[in-house]
Amino acid sequence: MDATIATLRRNSLDVAAARRRCLGYRRRILDISQQVGALHIAPAFSCTEITDVLYNSLMRRETNGEYRDVFLMSKGHGCMIQYVILEERGVLSRSDLDAYCKPNGRLGAHPDYETPGIAASTGSLGHGLGMATGQAYAEKLKESDVLIYCVLSDGEFQEGSTWEAMMMAANLKLDNLIAFMDFNDFGGLERMSDGHRAFYPLVPKAESFGWEAVEIDGHDESAMQEAVMSRRGGRPLLLVCRTVKGKGISFMENVPIWHYRSPNKEEYQQGLKELAEAPL
Amino acid sequence: MRNRFADTFYELGKADPRLCVVVADISPAGSIAKFRHEFPRRFINTGVSEQIMIGMTAGMAQRGLRPFAYTIATFALFRPFEMVRDDLCYQNLPVTVVGIGGGVTYSTLGATHHAQEDVAIASAIPNLSVIAPCDPSEVEAATRWCVAQEQGPVYLRLGKAGEPDLSKAAADPWVFGKLRRLREGGDVCILSYGPIMKRAFALAERFEAHGKSAAIVSLHTLKPLDREGLAKILQGYAHVVVVEECAPNGSLAMRVKELAWDAGATCRIDTFTLKDAFIHCYGSHDDILDAHGLGVAELTARLGLQ
Repeated sequence: MDATIATLRRNSLDVAAARRRCLGYRRRILDISQQVGALHIAPAFSCTEITDVLYNSLMRRETNGEYRDVFLMSKGHGCMIQYVILEERGVLSRSDLDAYCKPNGRLGAHPDYETPGIAASTGSLGHGLGMATGQAYAEKLKESDVLIYCVLSDGEFQEGSTWEAMMMAANLKLDNLIAFMDFNDFGGLERMSDGHRAFYPLVPKAESFGWEAVEIDGHDESAMQEAVMSRRGGRPLLLVCRTVKGKGISFMENVPIWHYRSPNKEEYQQGLKELAEAPL
Repeated sequence: MRNRFADTFYELGKADPRLCVVVADISPAGSIAKFRHEFPRRFINTGVSEQIMIGMTAGMAQRGLRPFAYTIATFALFRPFEMVRDDLCYQNLPVTVVGIGGGVTYSTLGATHHAQEDVAIASAIPNLSVIAPCDPSEVEAATRWCVAQEQGPVYLRLGKAGEPDLSKAAADPWVFGKLRRLREGGDVCILSYGPIMKRAFALAERFEAHGKSAAIVSLHTLKPLDREGLAKILQGYAHVVVVEECAPNGSLAMRVKELAWDAGATCRIDTFTLKDAFIHCYGSHDDILDAHGLGVAELTARLGLQ
C-alpha cells in the first residue's frame, strides 16, 4: 500500500488541466441534454470534480490501461458525469452517449452493471454503499490491494440501509473503502438541512460509527486528493464533500427543478456562454 | 434440513475458498459453526441488519466470491426485499439466499415470523430461481447445485429440523428445474414441495385405502417451473391434487390451474394451500397447518375419501 501511495504522489494533480476537463464535461452534458427530454443535470454537476479526481488522479490503472481500483456510483442519478468521463477515456464510445436513453442504446438515466466501466446497477438510493462494502470485503479476502471508491449523495444518508453499511464497513475495518458524500444539501423536494435540521453535523456521526471522516470542498480537487492520500487508515474513509447542486451554470445552482430537467434552447445557449466565460 | 444444509455447505466450503456465508444474527446450526471456526473470515455476521447482509453478498459476488445469505425466511426475503430484487436479481448475481423456516414453520412465533407468501413473492422476481426441497436428501442435492451454479440468484427455501427423509427411495434423481417422482401411482397424482410433503404421503395412503393408486411428485423447483413435465401429468392423470404451504395468490396451485387450461387438460384438480389470512394460532407446525385448513382429516373429507 505504501508503494501505491508513493506512485500516486508522483502523479501530482494538474489543477488547471482538471478545471479544463471539468468545463469540457459540463459542456458535453449540456449538449446531451439537447438530445433527450430530461436528464439529471444538476446532480451530475455537483459531483463533477469528485468524479474527475477519482478517474483522472486517484484511481490506479493496470499496465493495459484498465482501472485497477473500482468506482461505484451509488447515487445512480449522477451517472452522466461518469458516462462522459468513460467516453473520454475510451471505455464508452461516442455513439454510446449519442444513444443515451434511446431504445437502440445501452445507457440509461441510471447505470447498469456489466455496461463497460460500471461496477454496479444503482438508481434506487441506499444500495451502493452496501455493495461497495461487500466488494471491499471480497478484496480483503483475496488479499488484493484494490481500493473501492463509492460516490453517494447526501440524501442517501437518510436511508437506513446506508447506516447498516456504515456499521459493517467499520466493523470489518475496511480501510480499502473510500466513500465520497456529494453534500449538495438538496433532495428532490427541498434543501435538506432546512427539513432535517437534527441530522447535522455529519462528520461526527460518521466518526461515531467508526469511520475516519473529513469535511472538505467537493469542487477542490487538490484538497480531495490530499485528504485521501493523507488518511490515517485502518478504517474506512468518508469525505463529506461540500458541493453546489448544478455547479457551473448560475441559474441551475441550488434550484431544485434542475434535479431532473433539460434546459430549453435559450437556457442551453446561456449555459454554453457561462461555461465559455468561466475562469480557467 | 438446516443441519443437512450445514453439513453439505461445510464439506463444499472446505474445497472452494470462494464460498462464504453471511448471516444476520442467527446462530449457526451444526456444521456452519464448524465452518465459522475453521474459516472465520468467510463467516460474516452483519447483526440484525438484513439489508447489508444482502447488499454485501452482491458486492462479494461481483468481486468473484460465491456468498450465501442465511437467516429466517421472512428476514431473508421480505425485510431486504429491494436488495434481493435490485442487487441480486437485477444484476443477476450467483448468490444463494437461504430462508430457514419457510412457510409457517415458526408456528409459535406469529405471523411476523411466517413466510407464508415467500414462494409466491420470490417467484415474481425476474432471474430468481426458487427451490423448496421436501426433505434432507433434497436439501443436500439442492445445496450442491446452488454451490456449483453460475447462472444467477437463488432463493433456497428450507424448513427447520427433524423433517423425515421421504425421497431416498425415489427412482428419479434430483435435477434442477425438473419435477421428481417420489412415488408411483396411476389414478391420482399429488403435487407438493417443502416439508408439507409428508401430508402428501398421508393423503396417498388414504387414496390407497379407497382403492386408488396415488403418485407423488416433488415440485422442488418452483422457478423455473417444469411446465412440460406438469403438462404431461395434467394430460396423463384423471385426478391431480396440489398440497402446498404457501398463500394462494401466486401459489403452485394457481400456476397448475393456469397450465391445465393451456394444456387443454380435462382432469379433476383439487388444490390445497395456506389461507389468504394471518392466523392467530400458536402451536406446533402441524397445529398451524391444521388451522390453515390443511389437516389430513380435513383434506381427506374435502377429497371425498371418508
